[in-house]
Amino acid sequence: MARKKVVLTSPTAAGDKLDGPLLEVEDLRTHFLTPAGTVRAVDGVSFTLARGETLGIVGESGSGKTVLSRSIMGLLPSRNVVRQGAIRYQGHSISDYSQEQMRSVWGTEMGMIFQDPMTSLNPVMKIGNQITESLRYHLDMDKGEARDTAIALLTSVGIPEPAQRFGEYPHQLSGGMRQRVMIAVSLACGPRLLFADEPTTALDVTVQAQILDLLHQQQRERHMAIILVTHDLGVVAGRTDHIAVMYAGKVVEKAPTSVLFSEMRMPYTEALLNSIPRLEDSSHTRLKIIGGRPPDLINPPTGCNFSPRCPYAQPRCFTDEPPLRPADTAGHEFACWYPVGTPEGTKALEDNVAAGVPAAVLATGGEPALADQGASA
Amino acid sequence: MPAPSPDPVDAPSLSERPGADLLTEAGGEIEFDAVTADVTADESRHQLEERKLGIGFWVATAWLVVLVLLAFLAPWLPFVQDPNEIDALALRQPVAWQDGGSWNGSASDTLHLLGGDDLGRDIFSRVIWGARVSLFVGVAAVALGFLIGGTIGLTAGYFRGQYEKIVMAAMDIMLAFPALILALAIVVFLSEPGSQEATLRTITLTLTILSIPALARITRASTLTFSQREFVQAARTLGARNGRILVREILPNVIPPMVSFSLIAVAIVIVAEGALSFLGLSVSAPTATWGNMINEGRTALEFAPHIALVPCAVMFLTLLSLNYVGDQLRRRFDVKEVRL
Amino acid sequence: MRYALGKLVQLVVVLVIVTFLTFMLINLLPGGPEAAILGFGADDESIAQLQEDLSLNDPIPIRYARWLGDAVTGDLGQSYVNGSTVSELLGARLPVTLALMTYAMFLALLVAVPFGIATAWKADTRFDKITGTVSFALLSVPNFIMATLLVYLFAINQDWFPATVKEGDENLYTLFLPALSLALGQIAVFLRLLRTDMIATLQEDYIGVAKAKGMTNRRILFRHAFRPSSFSLLTVAGITIGNLIGGTVIIEQIFGINGIGKLIVFSIFQRDYLVVQGVVVVIAAGFVIINFAVDLLYALLDPRIRHARAIA
Ligand SMILES: Nc1ncnc2c1ncn2[C@@H]1O[C@H](COP(=O)(O)OP(=O)(O)OP(=O)(O)O)[C@@H](O)[C@H]1O
Ligand code: SF4
Ligand SMILES: [Mg+2]
Repeated sequence: MARKKVVLTSPTAAGDKLDGPLLEVEDLRTHFLTPAGTVRAVDGVSFTLARGETLGIVGESGSGKTVLSRSIMGLLPSRNVVRQGAIRYQGHSISDYSQEQMRSVWGTEMGMIFQDPMTSLNPVMKIGNQITESLRYHLDMDKGEARDTAIALLTSVGIPEPAQRFGEYPHQLSGGMRQRVMIAVSLACGPRLLFADEPTTALDVTVQAQILDLLHQQQRERHMAIILVTHDLGVVAGRTDHIAVMYAGKVVEKAPTSVLFSEMRMPYTEALLNSIPRLEDSSHTRLKIIGGRPPDLINPPTGCNFSPRCPYAQPRCFTDEPPLRPADTAGHEFACWYPVGTPEGTKALEDNVAAGVPAAVLATGGEPALADQGASA
Repeated sequence: MPAPSPDPVDAPSLSERPGADLLTEAGGEIEFDAVTADVTADESRHQLEERKLGIGFWVATAWLVVLVLLAFLAPWLPFVQDPNEIDALALRQPVAWQDGGSWNGSASDTLHLLGGDDLGRDIFSRVIWGARVSLFVGVAAVALGFLIGGTIGLTAGYFRGQYEKIVMAAMDIMLAFPALILALAIVVFLSEPGSQEATLRTITLTLTILSIPALARITRASTLTFSQREFVQAARTLGARNGRILVREILPNVIPPMVSFSLIAVAIVIVAEGALSFLGLSVSAPTATWGNMINEGRTALEFAPHIALVPCAVMFLTLLSLNYVGDQLRRRFDVKEVRL
Repeated sequence: MRYALGKLVQLVVVLVIVTFLTFMLINLLPGGPEAAILGFGADDESIAQLQEDLSLNDPIPIRYARWLGDAVTGDLGQSYVNGSTVSELLGARLPVTLALMTYAMFLALLVAVPFGIATAWKADTRFDKITGTVSFALLSVPNFIMATLLVYLFAINQDWFPATVKEGDENLYTLFLPALSLALGQIAVFLRLLRTDMIATLQEDYIGVAKAKGMTNRRILFRHAFRPSSFSLLTVAGITIGNLIGGTVIIEQIFGINGIGKLIVFSIFQRDYLVVQGVVVVIAAGFVIINFAVDLLYALLDPRIRHARAIA
């Protein structure tokens, strides 16, 4: 078994375009063949990511965020999965890589943090070993060296008494601590690109901010790019350079973070924004939730995927699918026939409210009672 | 104790429950959502399974039905001979389709479909008569076992508390004996040298006792799952009496999985009876049982292997059918796999 | 530690009950222990003498205590058939039986573990389906049929292995068929169990994490997935020893192996009840103790149990 990275297959090998983007994804599709039909979990996603930058991927549950990140990393099971499109990492087309070749990418070039720290650490393996095993395997460290490095890592992610924690098992730590360990695990071999798949969803609100800050700090120190996956626009607001909004396996709006918040065009983005909990709300009030259910990924609606739930929807939306098109600001793209904040959009919304279209009433009225109905519908 | 792991069928790994995290603010809703999600998953799986109840299931069922009919009707069927009648010309006669068999120039004129044994007795008839013993013991022991063990499990799983603890501890202690050794011990110490019926009774009783703990455990496990369900809780809140809830609400739900498991239990008891009669401790020769036929046939394994192998094959096919049908039904009823 | 202590108390309780029940067996016998020792049809005088000698008229708890005291010091009584003590008989016969059981267990695990892991890894492939079908069929083969078949195939049809094992000639070669007869059914049980648990484990997030760390498949399967998947295998392996003990009774009979299985059957036919009782007690106690050991091992393998129980 080759313990050293195979130089030829390593994307860091000579010939890298160090000036180009770190990651380019082009028209990526990932479909699952299930007995019920083909699930189009990711359906034509494109974006680029520069070194050291953070891209937020936002969308409701089931919109394909996890599948997208695993698909890019090549971590989906090989059976029943069809993956098409191009993925280039530092100019190397890793979508053509074999498992064996990917192994030199995993851990050292790309790392991943999972949603639930309770399940993402091996319960019967000491924390220390979970960090050192990749150090020893990828970087050929000896036992002592790996141990020292691991303890240094544990210290840097803010674990108190790291030397003692090194020999403990995951169940002896709290959720927040485990997520810190998980971060140490995935950062061990110094990846340039980190996928953080809802890294804070399973954690207490107070701990969430700490973990996000930790990620941010590590990112700056390591000049590492992050793809931060979340369903909560609030999480990505201050911490990302770009945001891509996903709906039903597609990117429906994409923009630099500040542009997205100030000039959002897509009604779905607006709806997501309305569901961010605000400080003035007491912690028990229900969020405004987008009415209706996410679409069926096996038989998506014709026209715009969002049309059955969209407050702006007009007849055209039910027949023609809107393409992703550039907005006024550079780098801003969206897919909508009646964009928010444009005359057509405003008129469409007003017409719908006047006609009593439920989604429109719900979105503009925003009374808690209605929102509740929408949520449980 | 390890939690029963999920059925390998529902494999999708990544998908968290749809909608779960949109509802995190409302604690109650999550549970509700989880329940409905599970139900739909179960339903779709059932539909899959339903389509899969394939030819194997029906072949196995047919085998069992034919065997039961033959065994039951054996005394009246013209082609089933007296199992102890000796045909001196059919000594170690091969099966009918082989050289020297009934269709290929045998010495005897009587048809011996599966050949003759060491004494010239008709193996086909002996296998059928042997099935009578095996099936009787298997069905009787499991039926009695379910009557007793099922009642224990049902009440333990429903009433819980101290009663459950004590009863289940007793079951565990019974399970602490290696089964066959316990069977040997009971058979030996219970059996007065006596008639065939007395022996049959002893064997049945012994195997009943042995099956009680396992059957009680399984009944308790499914009772536990059902007594948590809404309709039982609802009946409770409505003030239904315990006896009524047990009989009207829980029992009908517990019975289908029990039925599928009972087939597997019958197979286990048949094996145990086979082992005892193989050792000569069940109904004794010359009465035919599968176990003693195999044991007697072993001496002729070199020259007339079919004497031992025919009952081996019949027994194997019967056990396989019981296990297969039971397993398919179990999947149908989606009984949680109860280990141990 | 507290966990082990709790288990130990449980062990003692179960042992007392199990031995008591076994002790009671002989009292349930028609004619009672008198018949057990003297055989049926002894004259009244010798029965009275025996009752006197063994204080058979004392209440049962007292006799049990006395019997247990003797049993603990290794005195399990004497065979009335040939006069040797039960302990002597056991000492002579037990090693072969233990060797046979260990051999069978070893064979079963040797096949079941790699196949269990491989079928989980390749779940739902042709290989998995064939293995699944074969092991399902194996589950329906009682060991006396298996033994008969193996003898026919490999001792009579092909002269590869001996059909019987002579005393003093027990080795890995001669014991292969007997061990295999015992092992094949267990292989199916172990394999299916491990496969199910492995499949569940392979769905776990931490397996995805290990993959995302760039670990090799082999390392993921053996270092990350196998241990958390082996708990129920271990528990069931412990319980399986009960099946193996039962199985050896028959297998020793078939292959003529001079172990305790043959001893117990012989004693049954000789109506040598004290020997039967002694053997049953030793087997039951051994079984209980082995499962106690498995429980401890279980805690050793799973740190979560170790700690949870230590705190509780
Ligand atoms: N192995 C699979 N087979 C079939 N369908 C799958 C599989 N994995 C995921 N899916 C489906 O793909 C869709 C996208 O799932 P994904 O997990 O990417 O959503 P998500 O955006 O990450 O949602 P969440 O916020 O709940 O994590 C879902 O409808 C899911 O059911
Ligand atoms: S307005 Fe039409 S195109 Fe735009 S999001 Fe709504 S439904 Fe889709
Ligand atoms: Mg996800």
